[in-house]
Amino acid sequence: MKPGSAAIVGAAETTEMGRIPELSVLGLHADAALNALADAGLSPSDIDGVATAGESPTALAWYLGITPTWVDGTTVGGCSFMLHVRHAAAAIAEGLCKTVLITHGESGRSRVGAARRASQPSSLQGQFEMPYGPVGPPTLFTIPVLRYIKETGLSEEKLAQVAVVQRDWAARNPRASFRDPITVEDVLTSRMIAWPFRLLMCCLVTDGGGALILTSAERARDFPQAPVYVLGTGESVETPLVSQMEDFTSSKAFRVAGKRAFEESGIRHDDVDHLMIYDAFAHLPLYGLEDLGFVGRGEAGDFIWEGNTAEGGRLPLNTNGGGLSYMHSGMYGMYALQESVRQLRGTAPAQVPNAKISIAHGVGGMFGASGTIVLGNEAP
Amino acid sequence: MPDPNRTPNKTPRRSLPEPTPETRHFWAGAKAGELKLQRCDACKKAYFPPRPFCPACGSRDVSVFTASGRASLHSYVINHRPAPGFEGHYAIAVVELEEGPRMMTNIVECPQTPEALLLDMPLEVVFAEQDDEISLPLFRPLGTDSLQKNGDAS
Ligand SMILES: [Zn+2]
Repeated sequence: MKPGSAAIVGAAETTEMGRIPELSVLGLHADAALNALADAGLSPSDIDGVATAGESPTALAWYLGITPTWVDGTTVGGCSFMLHVRHAAAAIAEGLCKTVLITHGESGRSRVGAARRASQPSSLQGQFEMPYGPVGPPTLFTIPVLRYIKETGLSEEKLAQVAVVQRDWAARNPRASFRDPITVEDVLTSRMIAWPFRLLMCCLVTDGGGALILTSAERARDFPQAPVYVLGTGESVETPLVSQMEDFTSSKAFRVAGKRAFEESGIRHDDVDHLMIYDAFAHLPLYGLEDLGFVGRGEAGDFIWEGNTAEGGRLPLNTNGGGLSYMHSGMYGMYALQESVRQLRGTAPAQVPNAKISIAHGVGGMFGASGTIVLGNEAP
Repeated sequence: MPDPNRTPNKTPRRSLPEPTPETRHFWAGAKAGELKLQRCDACKKAYFPPRPFCPACGSRDVSVFTASGRASLHSYVINHRPAPGFEGHYAIAVVELEEGPRMMTNIVECPQTPEALLLDMPLEVVFAEQDDEISLPLFRPLGTDSLQKNGDAS
């Protein structure tokens, strides 16, 4: 991909956020899509490329009345939308399509029109993980952390502080689900879910959606919103089984995707004004900060504890409140991208002054996949 | 009218594996009380989960062998939420086998507490029969047998 050859010209979330029992999954996709189209000053007939996960691109295109010449149904979990951005930028550069719509919608809480998710007993997870009693992501995604704690010396307090700082960001965001400030003690006395993880270290479960519209950087100037350029991208996958992760203290998919995105964009770490790291659980920002190279191995807990990622810090992180406090429908990556776009447009509720470069880094599955997107508001 | 899809008066049990042609030897081994791994004949790497080729080099020349059954505790969580077939709080663990591969399992014959479950503690495999086809490989602290004889372990 040529850095900066594509730009985001439309971005929006669903009209409502949190509990939306009046919309099905497909309806949430459509609501977000229509909002993003309005944001870009477009109608469905202007779209010739579609990408989505959690719903089939066929259903999405037909439901909205779109006849695409490029389709991407890459579904690797919550970071699928980062991969869609990467693929869309390449498709636009290659001339496969001109204007791409990427959608997400999930009835995570109300489960309206949602498919059942269960591992088949004959699948690898069904044979080699499910018999041992995992009950969803809180008991799988969290398994590597005790090893991380043993090898880095991370304290429970520092793990808890991740949630505390993000709640402070959420307090400034009227759309965040949880806005009341919390303390480390609140986190460490909240209900135990799966030792060492307590309730306030785990993401919300809500309904919502979001959509993005991409086009070439050349065309982007003609749209009503200031363009947000795609400066660099990366993606990878590691394993569908968290038990088979190569290194329990570091995600290979994070490292591969992050390195590629930095290389493509040509930026350095201290060029980054704002960062989003998909936080289904409190340990993910720690792994993300280290695997993307912002800090050394085992240093992320101290980095957050010392206020570097909080308001006024040198690397504002998860400024919407994150999956821990803003919202988490199940595949959160879209909301990380939306917040990066808001920050670069200067329209975020907790705006980082003069943010010019933002990174949205996503995870899929339980450290199974990753996508990293470097965005900027100045043409490269 | 009895509902054929319901099995009343039966406690819910844990999710059980359905072997596939590629994994049948592993589950047959477990049923017979042996932990079966595979090793590449070309590059000598031992690997798990089962597949008919080497994930390190792609060679189809691989052999099944019986592992020692010794392992160490690599990481875990202690689940506090209810789950079918489990009672109370229980650890969902990943162990590192002596031969190198890691596998998810449960730790048995040991209190399910952070104080008792120490990372890197030595473990050995035991097989827990589930039905006519499936026995699950679980792990207990190494030397649990002799401790039990002395009445020190619960
Ligand atoms: Zn080999």
